[in-house]
Amino acid sequence: MELPAQTFRVTRADLVRYAGASGDFNPIHWSDRVATSVGLPGVIAHGMFTMALVGRAVTEWAGSPDAVVEYGVRFTRPVVVPDDDQGTEIEVTARVREVTEDGLTRLEVTATCLGEKVLSQARATIRSAR
Amino acid sequence: MPLDASFVGRTYPPTAPYQVGREKIREFATAIGATDPAHHDPEAAQALGHPDVVAPPTFPVIVTMAASRQIIEDPALGVDYSRLVHGDQRFAYTRPVFAGDELVCTNTIEDVSTRGGHGFLTTRTDVSTVGGEPVVAVWARYVIRGEA
Repeated sequence: MELPAQTFRVTRADLVRYAGASGDFNPIHWSDRVATSVGLPGVIAHGMFTMALVGRAVTEWAGSPDAVVEYGVRFTRPVVVPDDDQGTEIEVTARVREVTEDGLTRLEVTATCLGEKVLSQARATIRSAR
Repeated sequence: MPLDASFVGRTYPPTAPYQVGREKIREFATAIGATDPAHHDPEAAQALGHPDVVAPPTFPVIVTMAASRQIIEDPALGVDYSRLVHGDQRFAYTRPVFAGDELVCTNTIEDVSTRGGHGFLTTRTDVSTVGGEPVVAVWARYVIRGEA
């Protein structure tokens, strides 16, 4: 079963806000000068910000903010965020891999940016809604 | 310089307690656009049976990222931070994090390897309350890019 796609717009302002909230001030997430000096095309989103947005999608599908039992991803491709008002967009889809007898649902999640997968092995286990 | 495989299995002393504040949960939830009332309103969280506002699933990384400096900055292990790339991240929850929790992290090095000139480091952080109640186990895998 496929779950309805969710999209998340990501701008530079979002990265600055996430840096402050999370305490991850690595300059590759806010300085083009530093990002390009280490070989990146430009400022990239925090992997953990992408993971947090995908986590939002998972809790939406679960229908409850406390339903996630297990959640893991591999970061495979950076999400480049241009310095304009549009930023970029991450699209998240998932399919149900398994529903266990004890009421757990295992999801296989796909996150893409500009048509390319940015995560692999993205899996979440959620408890059924109460 | 390859990472020293003899570090596999090493556990570090527990970190100083991290006090989870209600406003920090609200700030983090706002930063990721999580609008569910249970992240913001204690009454909404209590209606779900929780003592206070509920943290979003990746919130524990605030605590574990700070705690993992114990490993990444361990001079004996010798990780070159400028070559460090976050490869994988995983959380296994016993329960969500709530405002009011005082969390302690215990770091363990689960795996150290070198392949294709790159170093790989897998850490496990057991996050529990100061009272010893397990909350979430967090794994991170880092790639230390080779000099090639």
